[in-house]
Amino acid sequence: MWSFILKRLAQGVITVWFIATATFFAMHNVPGDPLLNDRAMTAAIRANVEAKYGLDKPLGEQYVIYLGNLVRGDFGISFTQENREVNDIIREHFPVSATLGVLAVLFAAAGGVLWGALTALYRNRLPDYVIMFFVILGISVPSFVIAAVSQLALVGVNAALGVTLLPVAGWGTLWHMLLPALVLGMGTMAYLTRLMRSSMLEVISADYVRTAKAKGLPAARIFTKHQLRNAILPVITVLGPSIAAITTGGFVVELVFAIPGLGRYFVQAVQQLDYTVIMGTTVFYGAFLVFMVIVVDVLYGFIDPRVRMQ
Amino acid sequence: MSETQRPASGDGFTQAAGTQLALYALVAMVVLAAIMALLSFAIGDSSASGGGAIDAERNAITITLRQEPPQLDATRSTDAASFAVLGHVMEGLISYDQKGQLIPGVAERWEIREDGATFWLRDDALWSDGKPVTAADFVFAWRRVVDPATASQYAFITYPIQNAEAITNGDLPPTTLGVRAANERRLEVDFQQPTPYFDKLVAFITFLPLRQDFFESTNGRYAADADMMLYNGPYLLSEWVHGASMRWTKNPLYWNDEKGFLDEIDIAYITTDVNAKLNLFKDAQIADTDLVAPMLPEAMERRWHIDRFMDGTVFFLEFNHRDGRVTKNKNFRKAMQLAQDPSELVYKVLKEAAYIPAESLFPSWIRGAQELLRREHPPTKHEMNLAKAREHLELARQELGLDDFPPIVLLSGDTPVSTLSAEYYQELFKRNLGLEVRIDLQTFKQRLAKMTSGEFDLVLSGWGPDYDDALTFGDLFSSWNLNNRGRYDSADMDANIRIAQSELDPVKRSAAFGEIQRISYEDVVILPMYERGWSFVVDPRLDGLIRRAVGPEVDYTYAKIRSASQNGDE
Amino acid sequence: MTQHAASGKQARDFSELDSAREVQTLSRPSLSYWQDAWLRLKANKRALVSLFLVVGLLLFTLVGPLVWRVNPAAQDLDQVSQPPGVDRVALIVAPYEPWAGGSTPGTGLRLAETATTQAVRLAWDALPGAQGHRVYRNLFPVGPERAYGIPRAEFFDNATLSFEDRLDIKPGTYYYTIVGLNADGSLSDQTAALTVEAQRVTTLAEAQERGLVAAEATLALGDSVELAAHPLGTDYLGRDMLARLMAGARVSLFIGIGAPLCFVLFGVIFGSVAGFVGGRVDTAMMRFADFVVALPFLLFMILFKIAFGIGPGESGVLPMLVALVLLMWPATARLVRGQILQIREQGYISASQLLGAKTHYLILRHMLPNTLGVVLVTLTFAIPSAIFTEAFLSFIGMGVAPPTPSWGSMSNEGIKTMLTTPHELIFPALLISITVLAFNLLGDGLRDALDARMRNRE
Repeated sequence: MWSFILKRLAQGVITVWFIATATFFAMHNVPGDPLLNDRAMTAAIRANVEAKYGLDKPLGEQYVIYLGNLVRGDFGISFTQENREVNDIIREHFPVSATLGVLAVLFAAAGGVLWGALTALYRNRLPDYVIMFFVILGISVPSFVIAAVSQLALVGVNAALGVTLLPVAGWGTLWHMLLPALVLGMGTMAYLTRLMRSSMLEVISADYVRTAKAKGLPAARIFTKHQLRNAILPVITVLGPSIAAITTGGFVVELVFAIPGLGRYFVQAVQQLDYTVIMGTTVFYGAFLVFMVIVVDVLYGFIDPRVRMQ
Repeated sequence: MSETQRPASGDGFTQAAGTQLALYALVAMVVLAAIMALLSFAIGDSSASGGGAIDAERNAITITLRQEPPQLDATRSTDAASFAVLGHVMEGLISYDQKGQLIPGVAERWEIREDGATFWLRDDALWSDGKPVTAADFVFAWRRVVDPATASQYAFITYPIQNAEAITNGDLPPTTLGVRAANERRLEVDFQQPTPYFDKLVAFITFLPLRQDFFESTNGRYAADADMMLYNGPYLLSEWVHGASMRWTKNPLYWNDEKGFLDEIDIAYITTDVNAKLNLFKDAQIADTDLVAPMLPEAMERRWHIDRFMDGTVFFLEFNHRDGRVTKNKNFRKAMQLAQDPSELVYKVLKEAAYIPAESLFPSWIRGAQELLRREHPPTKHEMNLAKAREHLELARQELGLDDFPPIVLLSGDTPVSTLSAEYYQELFKRNLGLEVRIDLQTFKQRLAKMTSGEFDLVLSGWGPDYDDALTFGDLFSSWNLNNRGRYDSADMDANIRIAQSELDPVKRSAAFGEIQRISYEDVVILPMYERGWSFVVDPRLDGLIRRAVGPEVDYTYAKIRSASQNGDE
Repeated sequence: MTQHAASGKQARDFSELDSAREVQTLSRPSLSYWQDAWLRLKANKRALVSLFLVVGLLLFTLVGPLVWRVNPAAQDLDQVSQPPGVDRVALIVAPYEPWAGGSTPGTGLRLAETATTQAVRLAWDALPGAQGHRVYRNLFPVGPERAYGIPRAEFFDNATLSFEDRLDIKPGTYYYTIVGLNADGSLSDQTAALTVEAQRVTTLAEAQERGLVAAEATLALGDSVELAAHPLGTDYLGRDMLARLMAGARVSLFIGIGAPLCFVLFGVIFGSVAGFVGGRVDTAMMRFADFVVALPFLLFMILFKIAFGIGPGESGVLPMLVALVLLMWPATARLVRGQILQIREQGYISASQLLGAKTHYLILRHMLPNTLGVVLVTLTFAIPSAIFTEAFLSFIGMGVAPPTPSWGSMSNEGIKTMLTTPHELIFPALLISITVLAFNLLGDGLRDALDARMRNRE
C-alpha cells in the first residue's frame, strides 16, 4: 500500500512540474507587456521596474529562478498589487472559492441523489415530469444565464417581501453562500439526478430487490438497503471529477455575485497580464487537483484492493 | 418489472419508499445546514457587511469599491481605485472643495513664483499617531517618488521640480531634488522651469506626504495592510480584508471640521459588475450606484433621482503618424474626419445619457484664463460631409500612389464600450468611404504594448486629467511625450506646448491652448469621440456625495446622513 | 410435460418424422450492428426528436442564410435594440441639420419643431428667479417625488433657453421637465413640463440606401415608408437578430462540432496506437495523457486563448479551437486505448490472426469498427461541453472577437440589457440550450442504441 502511495505521489510531483513548465512558457508567450500602464514610462523608470521583477534576465534564467522559488513554495509578488505576495492572495481567496465549491458539491450530491431517487420512484408521473423539466433546464442553460436570472429573481423576491430574505451579492455569512452555491451546483445536480434516476431504475427491477420483496421485507428497508444503496454507487464514482470541475468553474458565479474568490481574481489577473498571479494560481490549482486525484485514488485503493494491483 | 404492474402493491411500496426518501431529505437538509454553519464559522466574519446602505444610528454608510486598491503607497499608486481610497484617508498640501476648487489642505497658504514655490504648513495637521505633519514628511515622500529604486510610474509628474528627471534617470542622487524643509512648517520648492500650475499639480496623489520613521519601521511592507499605514486624512483605514472589504472610520485627529461627517464608511463589496451593484442598491445594501444606459428605464420607473457627472476623461481615435502608415497622410486623415460625426456615436450607438459628444482634445469643463477654455477659444464646429470626405480620400489615393487602400487596423480595448465603438466605426468607414477596417481587439496590457510599438493605424484611446489645468491634456501630442503613442510630431504644436508649459501670463497661456486645439483639429491629430460621464443614483437619505473629474472620482468626505425630519422634503 | 401424460405414452404413439429438408428459416432479417442500432435509435422517441433538432439546426446554419439574405453586419441605427414585431412605419423628413437654438413663439416649455426620432427641439422662457436651467427627460409622468428622470443638459445662465435632445429617441411619449437652478447650482422649486410624442422618421437618402424604396422613386417629405423588417428584432447596433443568429450559429457550431471532431480523431489515433503497440510506448504515451488531463481546464483554456493571441481582423475562432483540442483529447485517447486492449484479447481477433489476417486488416476491420460506437457517443457528448466552453469564454470577455457573432458573445451582450430588451438575450440563449439539449439527448439515444447488451431487448 505504501509503495502505491509513494508511487502516486512521485507521479504527482512530476505532473505539477509539467503544469508549472507549461504555464511558464505559455505565459511568457502571451503577447503584451505586463509592465505597461496608462501613463507611459521613460526608459529609465521602466528599467527600474523591470529589475524589480527580474524581467531583465534571459528567459532560461528566469525559468530556473521560478522553479527554485516554486520549490520553496514562493510564487513571488503580484504585478498589479505590488504590496501583496501571490501566496497571500491565494491564502486569502482560495478558502472562499473552496467553501463555495464544497457547498456546491454537497448541494449537488444531496440534491442529485434525492431528486434522482424521487423521479425513479414516481416514474412517468407528475413529480418525475416536473423534476426532469428542471433537470433539462439545468443541463442546457448556460451557467451565466442561470446566475444572472437567479440574482434578478432574488431581488424581486426581496422587494416583494419587503425584507432581505437573502443577500443578493457579497460574501461573509451563511446567507451570502446559499444562492451562489446552489447556482454553482445546479449543473452538476442536474447531471447527478439523471445518473441517479437511471441507476435507480436499473436497481428497481433487479433480482435481489424482487427476492427481498418476496421475503416480505418492509418497503422502507428494501428501498434503503437494497435500492438506494446500490443505486448510489455510480453517483459516488463521478463525484470526484465533479469536485474539480466545480471548484475551478466558480468563475461565473464569483463574477456575478461579487464573491472575492480566486476564480474572479484569476480572470482579473489575466486581463491585467499579472504574470506572477496567473502562474501562481494555475500551478496552485493544478497541484490541488493532482493532490485531490491522488487522495481519491488512495481511498479507492483502501476500499477496492483490485486498484492497488494495477 | 412485474411488481410495478400490480398497482396496489406498487403504490404501497412507492408510498413507503417516498416517506423514507422525505425523511432522508430532511436529514440531508439538517446536515447541510450544520455544515454551512460550520463553514461560515470557519471562514469567520470576513465581510464588513454593515447595517445596510444607510445606518443612521451608527452614522455609517455602506458602499462598493470597483476593485481592490492595488497600491496604497501614494508614491507608487497609479490607478483610480487607490486614488479614491487615498483621497479619503490622506491629505496633501492642497485639496479640493465641493465645487472642485482648490482649498488649503496641510498647507495653510502658498506662493508660486517663477523659480519656485513656498508652502506654509498648518500646525494642527496631525498624523494618526498624534505627531504633526511636517515639511520633512513631504521632502521624504517626494524624494522617494523620484528615486529610481522606488520605480514609481508617476515620477514624471514631478519633473517640474528641479533635478527630478535627472534623479529618475539615475544621473543624480535623490537628495539633490529641488525641495527642502526650511523649517518644520515651511516647504521650499525650486523649479526646473517656470510652472504656473504647480498649485494644481500638488493636489495630485503622488505629492502626498510620507513619514520617514514610520515608513522605515514597516520594513518594506508600507501600505500592505491597514496597520502598515499612517493617515492624515478625514478618515482612517481601520480594517482591510484584501479583495473583500474595507472599513474607513472617522479620524478624530483630523483638523478640518468641514470634512468627514460620517463615523464609518463600510466598503462591503468589491466589484466591477454594474448589475451586481444595481441589485445591491435596489436591495438597499449600498448607498449609491452607477447606472448604465439599459438601467435607466427601470431607474425612471422606480422614481429615482438620477444625477450625472463628467469623470473628466476624453476618448478619441488616435492616428498612427509614423512613416509608412497610410494614416500619416493628412488627406487620408481628413477624409476620415469628415466621414464621421461623434454625435451619432454617442446618441445612436453608445446611448449613454451622461456622455457628451467630444468637440476637441480639451473637455468642456477645462478652464482657460478667466472662464471655460471653450468660451475663450471655441473649437472648430465639426460637420460631417461625405462629398468632401471622398474628395480628400481621392487626393490621398493619388498622393500615396495607391490603387486600393490597404485594410486599416483599428486597435481597441476589450471593454464593452470600446468593442461597441470599434464595431460601429468599422461599418461606418466601410459604408462612407469604402475602407476595410480590421478590428484588433486586445486586453488592456496587450493593447498598450501594441500602442507603444506602433502596431496600429487607428487606436481607440482616452485620456483622463491628472490635475486641474488644461496642460494635463495640452501637452499630450508634444513630440517628446511618451503618451503620444501615434508619434505625432509637429514643430507648430511643440512650440505652442512650450508656451503653455512655462508662460506665466494666463491669457497668453490660454491662447496657446486655443492654438493647440486648432492644430489638433486642422491637422487631424485625433478624432474626438466623447467625453465620458456617468449617470448615478444616491440613496435619498445621503447628502453631499461628490463625483468629479479631477481628484478622487468619488468623494464621501463631505457626505452626511440627512436627519429624519429632512427626509420628507425631497 | 406432466408426469401423468408421460406415464401414459406407448410405442404406438410415436411415428417417424419426415426428414427435415428445409433449411432453418430466420424469423427476423439479419441485421448488421449499425442497422440494428439505427432501428433502436428510431424507436427511441426522444433521440429521434433530438436528431430532427440537430438536422434543423444544421439547416438553420447552412441553408438559413440562403433564405434570409440579410447582411448580419449591416447596422440600422434607426432601429436599435428593436424587439420583434413593432410598427415599422416611418415618415420621410429632410436630412438632419444642426440647430442653433433660438427663441420660438409661445409660452412655457414648448416644442420648437415637431418632435421626431431625429431630434426633439425644446425652447422655454426663463423660470422666475432661476440662475440657470436643467433639462430632464422621463419615460413616465413626473409625480410628487420630483424624480424628473434623466438629466439631459444644464445651463448655468439664462442666455441659453433652448435645447436639442437627440439621445436615442424612440417613437413614443417622453415627459420633459426644465428645473430652475439656484445661484449655488442646486435645483429650485420652479419647473415647467411638457409631454412630447416623438414620431418615427427617416430621410429619403436613408430609405433609398437601405433599399426601402426604389432608387428613382419620388417621395415627398411627409410620405411614409415601411422600414426594413426584422422578424426577431435587432441588436444594440440595429443589426438583424435572425441574420446574426445564423452567422453566430456558424461560429458556435463550428467550434462546438469542429473541436470535438478534431480532438476525438486525435484521441482515436493516439489511443489506438498506444493500445495496439503496448509496452513502454504505451506507458509513455499514457503518462503524457495523464499530464494533460491534470491541467486545470478552464484556466489553461484562458491562458492558451491569450497566449495564441489574435491579430487584427481575426475572429479568434481558430485559437479557441486549437486550445480546445489541445486540452480535451486525452479522455478519448484513454477510452479508445481501453477498448483496444479489451478487443485485443477477444477470441475473434485470435481467430482472425490464425486465419492469417495482417495487422492493418485487424485494426481496420475489427478494432476500429468495434470502438466506433463508443467514440460516437463520446463525440456527441463532447459537443455540448464545447459549446458551453465557447459561451463561457465569451461571458468573461475571452471569446471570439467582434464583429464576429457567436451565440455565446450574443448572450453576453444580451445579459447587459436583460431587463430592457430581453429578446437580445433570450434568442441566443435559447439556441444554445436547444443545441446542448439536442446533442445530450442524441448522445443518450446513441449510447442505448449502440450498447450491444441491449441488442436483443425489445
